[in-house]
Amino acid sequence: MTKAGVLIVGLAVLGAVVGPWLVPFDSSAQELALRLEGPTWVHWFGLDELGRDVFARVLSGARISLVVGLVVVSVSAVVGTLLGSIAGYYGGGVDEVISRMIDVLLAFPGLLLAIALVAVLGPSLVNVVLALSLIGWVGYARLIRGLVLRAREFEYVQAAKAIGAATPRILIRHIIPTTLPALTVQATLGMAGAILSEAALSFLGLGVQPPTPSWGTMLNYGRAHLLDAPHLTVFPGLAIAVLVLGFNFLGDGLRDALDPGSQSRSS
Amino acid sequence: MFRYLTRRLVLTIPVLLGVATLVFSLIHLIPGDPAQAMLGEGASEADVVQLRRQLGLDRPLAEQYFAFLVGLARADLGTSLRTGTPVLSQIVERMPATLELAAAAMIVALAIAIPLGILAAVWRGTLVDHTAMTLSLVGVSMPNFWLGPLLAIVFAVELGWLPVSGRGGVGHLVLPAVSLGAALSAVLARMTRAALVEELREQYVVAARARGVSRARAVMRHAFRNSLIPVVTLVGLQFGAVLTGAVITETIFAWPGIGRLLIQSIGFRDYPLVQGCILLIAVTYVGMNLITDLVYAVLDPRIRYQ
Repeated sequence: MTKAGVLIVGLAVLGAVVGPWLVPFDSSAQELALRLEGPTWVHWFGLDELGRDVFARVLSGARISLVVGLVVVSVSAVVGTLLGSIAGYYGGGVDEVISRMIDVLLAFPGLLLAIALVAVLGPSLVNVVLALSLIGWVGYARLIRGLVLRAREFEYVQAAKAIGAATPRILIRHIIPTTLPALTVQATLGMAGAILSEAALSFLGLGVQPPTPSWGTMLNYGRAHLLDAPHLTVFPGLAIAVLVLGFNFLGDGLRDALDPGSQSRSS
Repeated sequence: MFRYLTRRLVLTIPVLLGVATLVFSLIHLIPGDPAQAMLGEGASEADVVQLRRQLGLDRPLAEQYFAFLVGLARADLGTSLRTGTPVLSQIVERMPATLELAAAAMIVALAIAIPLGILAAVWRGTLVDHTAMTLSLVGVSMPNFWLGPLLAIVFAVELGWLPVSGRGGVGHLVLPAVSLGAALSAVLARMTRAALVEELREQYVVAARARGVSRARAVMRHAFRNSLIPVVTLVGLQFGAVLTGAVITETIFAWPGIGRLLIQSIGFRDYPLVQGCILLIAVTYVGMNLITDLVYAVLDPRIRYQ
């Protein structure tokens, strides 16, 4: 399954990077006479309500999904690691404050807070990234805090403390590297989550705005044509499901490889 | 148990206060003048001033916050800008539809997940296991805003077996419940498998088998019952995911619940109603987590003494 994950994600990245140059149609070029036409040899995924090539738009949409996923995961991982390490290492009042912030943000189920934030900030790609990052760091912080709480008791960390190593050095050189395997797994699965969340927000009309091609937005507009052009729903949705499945395969495989404990627990 | 209960309840208070604070601040995150944003660019200055006064936005922030908390304590979530009716009454009116959908989705999820998880655990490492777990990953990866329309295309449009939208009899409930329950079933199937695999390794199961108890009986009467504790807990904890998923599912199937109300109120810039929906969903989620924790403590006494 890991290999399948690598293959899917690799193809998606390739498609996103070079795909738009390989397809003979621009994602915004219109052929109004052929609007809503189904899949043909020329237009593999058919045309949308404005006569635009759906395959070209799916490839362009991959860019949006991957970029949003990458930015959200990077920001969330950096902020979460920073706050989680501080909370876990220092403990006491700092830990209390950060942990209560985590508790409050976790009191909002999944995407709900992102929906609320985008609703007030206004629908746009930047606001989607902002909202998803604002809720995304919490999972990383909770994970890293737990790992740091354990790692700070390791003998080599105690030894580094005893010889007077500075706290930032202890954290960066000795503690945070021990969290990297778990962080990698979380980030890979986080990519799947961020891609799904962006698509969900765009589907609800709160994310990427037309004419920018986003898989969620394409699905949203496809809803109006369920009867006469189901291909507008089938292909963008398939793209989301396959890419998310790829990241889930990869995350699962990495977890088995990097965390043997979880492997023995689940097999 | 009483001490655990008290401690858990006390710990919920700051979380609820944090939730209320965050919901209160939402309106102040609106870029520019919130009253102007709600009424739109074309609104007259007099109308904007009137709305600002109506929402208390002309008062100092601390005073607004205090009034908001006092309102909450009196179960007053404000008034909808569009309909002029109390926010709470609109939400209460929609709540049964959302709970009905959530319950149906849970039933669908359990009906798929439990057999799948048992099969995977009993035939661990075989093709059955790999197929079941791959299916569950596919289920997790399939967005409900895609599965919903696909189900509608097949079962409502092509076959004409089920209604495509709205709320009515059981027929109306099937597609939204399956669409919402599919991803949850995938998560629960993985948990059922993991929990049952652990239990099947326990000595009491080995002893039961040694006494001549059949494999099926050892699994169902002994191991499965004990493996249900983490599964039941996960069902409770996944309630939040169901509520969030309901926002999307209700929008797809025009299901008249809180989720659809939330999206409609965002479209109308009816921010008091948006705040009310978010607050109610979050509070329901916190309440559900609390109940799950308490049930878990009842089922597993070790939790109470930690």
